[in-house]
Amino acid sequence: MEKQKKGNIVRFNRWGYYFLIPFIVVYLLFSFIPLIRTFYNSLFENYKSGLNQIGPNFVGFRNFVDIFKNGDMLKYFGNTLLMWIIGFIPQIFFSLLLGAWFTDPSLKLKCQRFFKTVIYLPNLIMASAFAMLFFTLFAGNDSGPINGLLISLKIIDEPFAFFKDVVAVRSLVGFMNFIMWFGNTTILLMAGMMGIDPALFEAAEVDGATATQVFFKITLPLLRPILVYVLMTSLIGGLQMFDVPQVLTNGKGDPNRSAMTLIMYLNRHISVSKNWGMGGALSVVLFFVTGALSLVVYKVSNGKKKDNSYK
Amino acid sequence: MRKFNRFMALSLTVAMAAASFAGCGDKTQDSTTAATTAATTKATDAGTDAGTDSTTTAAATPSGEGEGSVLNIQCWNEEFKSRVTDHYPGYTEVDATHGKIGDVDVVWTITPTDNNAYQNHLDEILPGNADAAADDKVDIFLMEADYALKYVNNDVSMPVADLGIADADIADQYQYTKDIVTSSDGKLKGLSWQACSAGLIYNRDAAAEVLGTEDPDAVQEFVKDWATFNTTAAKLKDAGYKVVSTVNDTYRVYSNNVSGPWVTDGKITIDANISQWVTDSKALVDAGETTTFGLWSDEWSAGFYPDGKVFSYFGPAWLINFCMAADTAGSIANSGRWGYTVGPQSFYWGGTWIAAANGTDNPTLVKDIMLTMTTDKAVLKEIVEKDSDCVNCPTLLNELAADTSFSSKILGGQNPYAMLAAGAEKVDMSNISAYDQGCNEEFQNAMTNYFDGKATLEEATDNFYKAVVEKYPELTY
Repeated sequence: MEKQKKGNIVRFNRWGYYFLIPFIVVYLLFSFIPLIRTFYNSLFENYKSGLNQIGPNFVGFRNFVDIFKNGDMLKYFGNTLLMWIIGFIPQIFFSLLLGAWFTDPSLKLKCQRFFKTVIYLPNLIMASAFAMLFFTLFAGNDSGPINGLLISLKIIDEPFAFFKDVVAVRSLVGFMNFIMWFGNTTILLMAGMMGIDPALFEAAEVDGATATQVFFKITLPLLRPILVYVLMTSLIGGLQMFDVPQVLTNGKGDPNRSAMTLIMYLNRHISVSKNWGMGGALSVVLFFVTGALSLVVYKVSNGKKKDNSYK
Repeated sequence: MRKFNRFMALSLTVAMAAASFAGCGDKTQDSTTAATTAATTKATDAGTDAGTDSTTTAAATPSGEGEGSVLNIQCWNEEFKSRVTDHYPGYTEVDATHGKIGDVDVVWTITPTDNNAYQNHLDEILPGNADAAADDKVDIFLMEADYALKYVNNDVSMPVADLGIADADIADQYQYTKDIVTSSDGKLKGLSWQACSAGLIYNRDAAAEVLGTEDPDAVQEFVKDWATFNTTAAKLKDAGYKVVSTVNDTYRVYSNNVSGPWVTDGKITIDANISQWVTDSKALVDAGETTTFGLWSDEWSAGFYPDGKVFSYFGPAWLINFCMAADTAGSIANSGRWGYTVGPQSFYWGGTWIAAANGTDNPTLVKDIMLTMTTDKAVLKEIVEKDSDCVNCPTLLNELAADTSFSSKILGGQNPYAMLAAGAEKVDMSNISAYDQGCNEEFQNAMTNYFDGKATLEEATDNFYKAVVEKYPELTY
């Protein structure tokens, strides 16, 4: 009897594995093998010159040496980070503010569902379509709606060439990322805020704490694990920033390549010359940077249990 | 029961796995649909012309015995399609991307040139063309001068001699149009019906106001070389006119008169005349006499209307006829107030070459289309009259130049053919290289930053080299 029961358990476990097969197969085919291939490709000279295929010839780490030697990657890494920060600061500010308002029962906000939907909506638009929209809005001549507006409001006299100005282009990219992602962040932070024991807020109220004190002394510290998670996922996403600046600057990253991100740089290597070797090497470097950041997330979220031992 | 469960699990697994592969469908199908959609949206102009086709008389089908029933043509815009629709005997239009020549279905696949999409498309399909299914085989593809050598120096294109086109058939064509599409081993791989010699297209009202004359020969005196051109620019600036819409307007004029190709022995060289363009353009921009917007941008084309306050554009016949908003009321072209003169240096711009794809299953029809469209004088005459193309036929151009009854409405009654014909003789394509398109494009991109004051000349030059090497990793600088 006992033995048979045990056998059943084993058999049920087996079902688990069966159901895992599709995921494993898809993962191996579409994620794992490409990943390994990228490493492999990065060691070869392999590109197209016109219609002629050059290589693949094994060149060891020459592609990596080339990437680090010409030093452009650092510049584009800097561009990427800077544009991410420009977008992230307002994003986290507004998300915290909105999150706090939405979760504060004493405010009794009306139409919460409606507003939550509205702030999430920009994320539903395709990034490239969104960038195209901004490209048209901020066109540098009289026909650009923003320029037209500013001129008719007498704020400026001459049309301002937004896409020829370093600060303007970077800010636009940051602004677009902010608009697209603050809704998503708000919802994540709200989930975190609603997970905080309401008794703590009540106790603070009884003790006579102001709303500001409650926010800084209770909400923020207890939200830390979620905040770190939001920060890290956003950073990893930010490092892979591509479609918005690509479409906004027509793939050039101008002015003077100041809006060129790492993935745009990667794209330049593979779009015309199909330079899989150089592209692979860049991807591998990016993989390690992202991997290191993910490790930080992992460490932090593992340390969460200790942080929560406030009781 | 247990067996059934197992079966269920297995089939579910298979179904899920299969579903995840569903995306990897028939690629050609997808791209054809996409192309069709793209073409349909772009077909507004051609659609209006379709009804007026009167060439239904020729009943003979030039298609050879046992040849393919589908003629696939790869192109990047409506130009060649509308030429064939209007002038090729026996062609009837079915819809925006389909036509019929006798029993043969003609399928147009239009892939825009933006971001190299057209070439990427060709690169993907041409190498395997010989092995493609009969109805999918590309028969004709079109090329532009900038990248023609890439396909000409490769087996994907077919020598016209192999189609049965003899040298005598194409004797009455400009030599430069043949040089562009002659492979390194001396085989001619394409033909063009256009001779795109170009000149300076000036705003007659501006010329009359500022220079005191609108006569082409008199205006030429004010733009006869770059020094005079730049002096005239200052004069125009005082009257509120930009000498050209953007610095990129003059680029081709300089770059066509270089003393050596962009790339020699794998090394990128910036020619002295190109450097001269940088110096002159920087001076023009700094003096506020022109802008740095890209060609084809809204800012660039603003000068097609009087309010744009642009004195001149540099361009060939097709720019005048297709791109300068001649159909829009209120444009300068519409009121016939452009003039045409030679300008500081002779140059050419564009042109479309018809090439046969290796592996074509309609060689007889392809040969007939190539010959009819590029050598048949009656057809070329029609093209001149209907589309005002500058055709690739010296005899015809000289006849037209001598024809006092001919005049261009857009050019205010001027007959530009004498200048166009003389220009076409002068065009020299000996310095063309397979890297021209990438180099020209990236050079202008990079220098724009310098003109805008966003980069020093060194930084801009450096960015140019980087961008070219990204495109052509085999090059050095």
